[in-house]
Amino acid sequence: MAQGMEIRNLSAWYGSQQVLKEINLPVSPNQVTAIIGPSGCGKSTFVRTLNRLHEIIPGARVSGQVFLGEVDLYAPGVDPVSIRRRIGMVFQKPNPFPTMSIFENAAAGLRLNGVDKRRLAEQVEKSLKLAALWDEVSNRLGQSGAALSGGQQQRLCLARALAVSPEILLMDEPASALDPAATLKIEDLIRELKKEYTIIVVTHNMQQAARVADQTAFFLNGELVEYGPSSEIFTRPKDRRTEDYITGRFG
Amino acid sequence: MLHSYPFRKLLNRAVTVLMLLAVVLALIPLFSILWHTFERGWPAISPTFFTHLPKPVGETGGGIANALAGTGLLILLASSIGVPFGLLVGIYLAEFNPGGLGTVVRFLNDVLTGIPSIVTGMFVYSLLVLTMGGFSALAGGVALGLIMIPTVTRSTEEMLKMVPTSLREASLALGATKTQTILRVVLPAAIPGILTGIMLAVARVAGETAPLLFTAFGNRFWSLRLDQPIAALPLQIFTYAISPYRDWQTQAWGAALVLVTLVLVLNIVARLVFHRDGR
Amino acid sequence: MTIRPNLIRPQSSHQWQDQSFRLLTLVFALAMLGLVGLMVLELLQGSWLSLLRFGWSFLTDADWDPVFENFGALPFLYGTLISSLLALSIALPVSLGIALFLTEIAPQWLYRPISFVVELLAAIPSVVYGLWGLFVLAPWVRTHLQPVLSRFFGYLPFFQGPALGVGMLSAGLILAVMITPIVTAISREVIMAVPTSQREAALALGATRWEMIRLAILPYARSGLLGAVLLGLGRALGETMAVTMVIGNRPEIAISLFAPGYSMASVIANEFSEATYALYLSALMEIGLLLFGVTMLLNFLARLMLWRLTGAVAGTRE
Repeated sequence: MAQGMEIRNLSAWYGSQQVLKEINLPVSPNQVTAIIGPSGCGKSTFVRTLNRLHEIIPGARVSGQVFLGEVDLYAPGVDPVSIRRRIGMVFQKPNPFPTMSIFENAAAGLRLNGVDKRRLAEQVEKSLKLAALWDEVSNRLGQSGAALSGGQQQRLCLARALAVSPEILLMDEPASALDPAATLKIEDLIRELKKEYTIIVVTHNMQQAARVADQTAFFLNGELVEYGPSSEIFTRPKDRRTEDYITGRFG
Repeated sequence: MLHSYPFRKLLNRAVTVLMLLAVVLALIPLFSILWHTFERGWPAISPTFFTHLPKPVGETGGGIANALAGTGLLILLASSIGVPFGLLVGIYLAEFNPGGLGTVVRFLNDVLTGIPSIVTGMFVYSLLVLTMGGFSALAGGVALGLIMIPTVTRSTEEMLKMVPTSLREASLALGATKTQTILRVVLPAAIPGILTGIMLAVARVAGETAPLLFTAFGNRFWSLRLDQPIAALPLQIFTYAISPYRDWQTQAWGAALVLVTLVLVLNIVARLVFHRDGR
Repeated sequence: MTIRPNLIRPQSSHQWQDQSFRLLTLVFALAMLGLVGLMVLELLQGSWLSLLRFGWSFLTDADWDPVFENFGALPFLYGTLISSLLALSIALPVSLGIALFLTEIAPQWLYRPISFVVELLAAIPSVVYGLWGLFVLAPWVRTHLQPVLSRFFGYLPFFQGPALGVGMLSAGLILAVMITPIVTAISREVIMAVPTSQREAALALGATRWEMIRLAILPYARSGLLGAVLLGLGRALGETMAVTMVIGNRPEIAISLFAPGYSMASVIANEFSEATYALYLSALMEIGLLLFGVTMLLNFLARLMLWRLTGAVAGTRE
């Protein structure tokens, strides 16, 4: 059983510009939570606050609480580096490390933790299999990760995140740079992975959210407008703005 | 008349020709230098030229073995000072978002590239030669190292900044510390560019003469001791060139041929390294 | 197998690691500032004797006489200034021509090779320039250039006197070749930074290419080009070996460019390791201090102009 998350009164700023306003959101364990909304609504910023990646941008600031199990990630004394080892992230554009081989990419997080050689190989294989990439690359693990196709690169990044056995998996529009076939593969994987992980996925594609997510949250202008089971959000939205958005009246 | 279209077209044509002429004008000295260096230097080149020491004044023959070794040692010394120094300052400027202090350091670094190398030589003279009680290879290496720093710093900073933010974020999101991110992800990605910068810096100091005049000083004998004066290729060229002996002048051209070849090869290889992966 | 690092670790080893690495790089950045400070200090200290003894007259006294312990730097200031200005007046139009050719005219396939070849000019060591100047350029100047100049412009005081080859003219010529790459490289970047919209605006008015350059590019790039000129001048002032080998090394002030002269960097190169007493050494140190101050100032101004223009981009490659 994976951990859930609980976000309380979370606000975020870039300099003086507030991009997230008092977000309250529970994230259920072993479920897929989709974050949807028009571009610029703060959904990317939101997931970046969950592993404290937001704060690496100069002038960026956060207030509020994010609980991972019992621990508030923003409590004083919490080390962001340790957090990020428990919360994996996959980015919008595939970003394998260009100087490392496929194997080394998948092993990158493990190396940081000083995992010994034998277990390293095991774990890399396991995570590549989890990311459904093993069959395609098992005979060329020494090649550069940059030589793979876009979809394969993204699954390599997924494997890289999974290799350290995180509890939460954050995905920031993981399929937006991919072709339909590769997108389908990623979506299948998301459904598969929720057995072991709690997944939060940002998407601008509502069909995708409806296909993969158990829960969906709709963001607009930095506010959480509505949150609930995907089946309800997409069929019987309570808020007028949500309805406008999902019926394509704006954004 | 002056505003008629045919005249304007003619003027345009004329200026275009002038620009082309400017290019040709700049190429003439380059080819003249390369040609004369080859033509006059080639007769001096022989196996003994590389393996023998200079002969005493008045005797013909002899070689530049000591100067080659000296230049090698000086480059090694200079690199072991200039490379780490420049790398660390470059990392500071590119990765630690230093704000006001960064602007000052960056600006000063740019200004430093313009300081005449002979002034750097004087500085090292009063810093090391006076205090250590004599000219030395060490002083020469330090002078050349100081000259390398700004180039290495700047290429490091520029190349690190070209590494996409997404790689840094991917690494941080994996739970890497900032230090691990810089050393294992960002720096390796920037290495070809940084290497190019280092090689260009080495090419530059390999030919520097002025800062060595009163630091390394030159030496007619074989020496690789750090606390003794040491020979260097450019110093040898200078001494031989202004000497009245025909044989020495030929050797000056020979040594120049060696030096120019070294510097050109470094320049060309440096650019190949950089363009290898299409950047 | 799961890795579960403890989340709460005040003063964790991660932070300690990052802080100490940051500190390490910071120390070196500060050391760079320190080095420049130390340089100023050493040069000041070294020239103290001479500063006290001669004061301002060091700059205006034309008599450099180590035997009678009288040191006036005017001939060197004059030689440095004239040879550098001469170099600039040749190098500037040529460099501008190359830069415009590369940015506005040259087809794509010519751009790389030509810029590369021009950059090679900067790669050739100064002492090799000197060697070439001494044995190729100076004889050519004596047998070809000087006779022509004195035949057609001999009524001007600049082109009078015996044709020696070695002298101010050769020094200016060789410096012109040596600073062409940097002036070209920076002009090129400055010109490339002119927005396309400016070019298009001029072309839309029906301008020819040259009119577009005159109308849109040169005015827009003006301050950046001034930066390039100042950097080139800075290079010329501090250039040592090549000048030393062709300028003639005579501390006299002559109007004619045919006459031998002396430069600040050359006198240091020639006399520094032979300076036999403290005041002599100190006078040479003061020349170094002057050279340092002037090139520092020129570079400072130049970078200021380039930074304002292109946000620290132009002038970074040379």
